Amino acid sequence: MKSLKKMGMALALTVACALAIPAVRAQSSLTGAGSTWVYPLVAKWSATYQKLTGTEVNYQSIGSGGGIAQIKAGTVAFGASDMPLKPEDLRAAGLIQFPTAVAGAAMSYNLSGIASGKLILTGPVIADIYLGKIKKWNDPAIEKLNPGLKLPDMNITVVHRSDGSGTTFTFTNYLSKISPEWKEKVGSNTSVAWPVGVGGKGSEGVASYVQRIPGSIGYVEYAYILETHGSYARMINSAGKVVSPTLQGFQDASAHVDWANAQDFYVILTNQPGADTWPISGCTWQILRKNAPQATNMQVMKFFDWGFEHGQEMAKSIAFGPLPPSTVAAIKSYWKRELGYSI
Amino acid sequence: MNGSDVAVQRGMRPASDQPKSASKPWRLSADFLFHKATVFAAFLAAATLFAIVIAITYDSWPAIRTFGIWRFLKSSEWDPVTQTFGAFPFIVGTLVSSAIAMLLAVPLSFGIAVFIAEIAPAWIKRPVAAAIELLAAIPSIVYGLWGLLVFAPVFAKIEPWISDHLGAIPGIGSLFQGPPMGIGMLTAGIVLAIMVLPYISSIMRDVFLVVPSSLRESAYAMGATTWEVAWQVILPYTRSAVIGGIFLGLGRALGETMAVTFVIGNSNVLSSSLLMPGATIPSVLANEFTEATTKLYLSSLIYLGLILIVVTLAVQFLAVLLIRRLGRREGTPA
Repeated sequence: MKSLKKMGMALALTVACALAIPAVRAQSSLTGAGSTWVYPLVAKWSATYQKLTGTEVNYQSIGSGGGIAQIKAGTVAFGASDMPLKPEDLRAAGLIQFPTAVAGAAMSYNLSGIASGKLILTGPVIADIYLGKIKKWNDPAIEKLNPGLKLPDMNITVVHRSDGSGTTFTFTNYLSKISPEWKEKVGSNTSVAWPVGVGGKGSEGVASYVQRIPGSIGYVEYAYILETHGSYARMINSAGKVVSPTLQGFQDASAHVDWANAQDFYVILTNQPGADTWPISGCTWQILRKNAPQATNMQVMKFFDWGFEHGQEMAKSIAFGPLPPSTVAAIKSYWKRELGYSI
Repeated sequence: MNGSDVAVQRGMRPASDQPKSASKPWRLSADFLFHKATVFAAFLAAATLFAIVIAITYDSWPAIRTFGIWRFLKSSEWDPVTQTFGAFPFIVGTLVSSAIAMLLAVPLSFGIAVFIAEIAPAWIKRPVAAAIELLAAIPSIVYGLWGLLVFAPVFAKIEPWISDHLGAIPGIGSLFQGPPMGIGMLTAGIVLAIMVLPYISSIMRDVFLVVPSSLRESAYAMGATTWEVAWQVILPYTRSAVIGGIFLGLGRALGETMAVTFVIGNSNVLSSSLLMPGATIPSVLANEFTEATTKLYLSSLIYLGLILIVVTLAVQFLAVLLIRRLGRREGTPA
């Protein structure tokens, strides 16, 4: 009896393993890592792509710096970064980069009584807030921009990112452009020495702090504000007009940039001219290794090409703007030129 | 006769005394193997500690070479853009948050242990003890989430009171002034206190329960109050174990990462107020490690880890010294 029971258990175990094998067998899959900014887009695209082609795209949003480090180490098939690498750095590391979509960051605030979109700020005022020079909400500089609003006598709690982030790069890049003091004191990078403020981990952390702390202000990707129904501030752009963060505003910024002549697509979209341009617009890039196996690079290129062709409606629904068609064509010839092969 | 005598003798002598040549080889080789296996296990544990310290020192060498020791410890500048790094705000943050945690947790633990050992009726001892020990079972990241989502908003309502009343005290007032954010150094200290409370209180409770009843009853018989018995009879008797428990809690508080990262506010700027955000060595490591792209940045972060190891080892060393010194004063071995 005992040996029969043992045999039965062994048989059951074998059957279970045999049934599990098809599930465990490696499907065609692609790994990527990097920017949290582009994560909502890659997640949406990969869900549909897997249903259509069976290729699974495994993306880890560990931050732009992490993405750059991982693609340099060759542990992933593609790295995503909101900070473009300079052409000389790309050459030195044997990498190529291409843009994916444009989006924007906006200032989110927590002031009870002031509805979303009612507060208007300018770049210099934001720089002074983040430098700690403007400490209270009813500071004359803010009141001047918002004559109709009743601003409280409350301390401004500044919220920034505690982890390294491409959003931080885009935001500090904009501040460096419009505030010489910011450029000198702090500078622009994925991680900076913030003079004041509280650090939240990830865009989710910043959005969460802003929601919980009355009188706080923070910078987040517009997609997160849409998702959490947070309050965003309107801004005065370089043309002197008051604008809201919209898909059109991000795409206007992209239209003013010379994509065709930018080596390795190194473009910065902040503070672009144009009547309806959103000042804190940014792009996000994918980075590939030149000497990765051809099959891997082809898989990555096929995925993003599918996204360019068929994924634009999905992108627009989460406020990611598509690239101009000429840029998409330029990307394909860039692949051919740099790698020697293309899809 | 010979074989059985030798067998009996062998059974009663320690393995190290056994002659190498024996008439029962299987017993000798089993003992031999067991001996070597235990030596190996002990050696492995000690070697791992040394290996970790050596590996961390090796990886932080570029930063040590660039910044030196004293300059790195004193500098308050942590700037990834200009690639200058200094450890001072994080060392202060680690020590201050742990100090707040110990200041809150030790008296509370003492109270809990005295309650369970002396005051509580028998039917309440077990549930209270079990509840306290369950606190230790909660994962630290859950503490972080609770601290951020539940405790911080409540604390943000209390902070204006603290700021107005304690902030007005001359001298130490500046420690308690700040905007009511709910997160910050004080919040981190409070969450840490809750986390180390079960460790300290369960050790205290265990040793308080084994104090000989003759000692306690004699004190009560002489008219001592419960407080006097606890403070002047029980505590001195259990001193070394209590100190061991406190340093165990301190070790946990120094190294706690996720709970602190959620509620401390992650500001690398040193501030004079406990209500303002700060950073500790574990929290800055958790935040910035994946994004440290340059070699010097990464090496500086590992250098911070090395400093934390040194601080933790120093704390352990202090604990042993303290216990030995107090034992010597009483004439009893530690």
